Amino acid sequence: MDKVILSQDLTLSYNEDEIIINKANFSINSGSFVFITGASGSGKSTLLKSLYGALNPNSGKLIVGGVEMNGITSKKLNFLRQHLGIVFQDYKLIKEWNIEKNVMLPLIISGYAKDVSEIQVQKLLTHVKLNHQSGKFPLELSGGEQQRVAMARALAHNPILILADEPTGNLDDYSSQVIWNLLEGANTQLKTTVVVVTHHIPENMNVPYQHFRIEYGSVYEVT
Amino acid sequence: MKSLKNHLSLVIALFTILFTIQTFVIVNKAITAYEEELKSNYSIVVVSMKKMDIEKFQKLDNSITKMSQIEPDNVLKKLEQDLKKKDIALIKLTLPKFYKLELSIYPTPDQIKSISKNIRRDSSVKRVVDFAKNHDKVYKLLLLFKSVTLVFAFSIFAVTSLLILKEMRIWQFKHTERMAIMALFGAPVWLRSAVLFRLAIVDAIVSSLLVSTTFLILSTDGWINAELKNIGIEIEVFAIFQDGALLFAVAFALSIALASMIVLGHKEEV
Repeated sequence: MDKVILSQDLTLSYNEDEIIINKANFSINSGSFVFITGASGSGKSTLLKSLYGALNPNSGKLIVGGVEMNGITSKKLNFLRQHLGIVFQDYKLIKEWNIEKNVMLPLIISGYAKDVSEIQVQKLLTHVKLNHQSGKFPLELSGGEQQRVAMARALAHNPILILADEPTGNLDDYSSQVIWNLLEGANTQLKTTVVVVTHHIPENMNVPYQHFRIEYGSVYEVT
Repeated sequence: MKSLKNHLSLVIALFTILFTIQTFVIVNKAITAYEEELKSNYSIVVVSMKKMDIEKFQKLDNSITKMSQIEPDNVLKKLEQDLKKKDIALIKLTLPKFYKLELSIYPTPDQIKSISKNIRRDSSVKRVVDFAKNHDKVYKLLLLFKSVTLVFAFSIFAVTSLLILKEMRIWQFKHTERMAIMALFGAPVWLRSAVLFRLAIVDAIVSSLLVSTTFLILSTDGWINAELKNIGIEIEVFAIFQDGALLFAVAFALSIALASMIVLGHKEEV
């Protein structure tokens, strides 16, 4: 099976005095569903940042989607990100844009034709049950609805990898379940690799998953 | 309404700068037109012991364009009754040569001093009459007005630049989040900044159109033209293509510089 993420002796830190991730060795196979857990401040989000290139590795090797992340150029980084779907706890939707345009963002960036993009966006908004709200702006929606918009945006361009940073951290139980279902659907139906950073793994997961835990800078797989 | 607010502060700032620039352009045009008129009436008289020609004068000062010799016949006619023809011919031979010089420019008092000094470098030149004392008072007043306008324009430019700088910070704050989100999905810099550049270009067009319209109205209104005619000046207050292009170029350059500063100063925050 292809490895979509490969980490060898990966070390991450924001400054020289404090190492967040220390010589982590792990790999994630294409099409798998992965949870990364750990206590607050353990380095879960830091590790995720390195996966979408917001933080450069200090040492070691990190390959994401076949792209070497060490000293990556902005052109290569843009190319990689055009094949990733990222979901954040605080949604990161563009407030000035309506829902439809927010979901369309990855398609605009990838240069899809307008009519193709519009069909894809309508399909996704129907999928996340927000097709009747496409003209609304993010701040007119509830937290759960905003996260569904973020999910639709993450899926818009059929990414090879979805990276989700505590996607249900701000949501109630019902909305959280909707998001888990969407992530599971992306993994099972579209065969997209999903990496989720979270405090708690939901009990009723319907897909097999890998679980990595971060403790004291070490990343290890929980079996 | 929100979109209008986004544009208004930059449009007002650009309008102020462009208005000042066009005011300066008009003052400059008026002075140039007045200089042209004065230039045709101005000349320097040179008394030389030897015969001179235009090339010699131009070597001394290249602003000299025309030379004509002043014949002393009129003066000598008065002496014809008292002197013999032979004596008059002798006087004529020993008299110095008088030349009237015309210039390519209407000189400022300082330029007059410099031209006189240059002509005097020739040892055969005995006297230069530059009529500096009769230098036109209206022209001096216009030069003073030009200097005042220039100082005024610089002050406006400095103050408005500060306003633009403040506006720039607001823009930077407003757009940082959007640009960071677009970067997360792999948008290249030009796409992330497209909104800013569009805003900058639209504001440049709007402000230059507003200033152009204002000066077009002023140029068709009789008041300015009448005032200028009073001091003997006839100019085109606003030349649509020339002045319009200048205003747009300034507005465009300024607003693009502003947008570029924001883009270059932007740091990706995740």
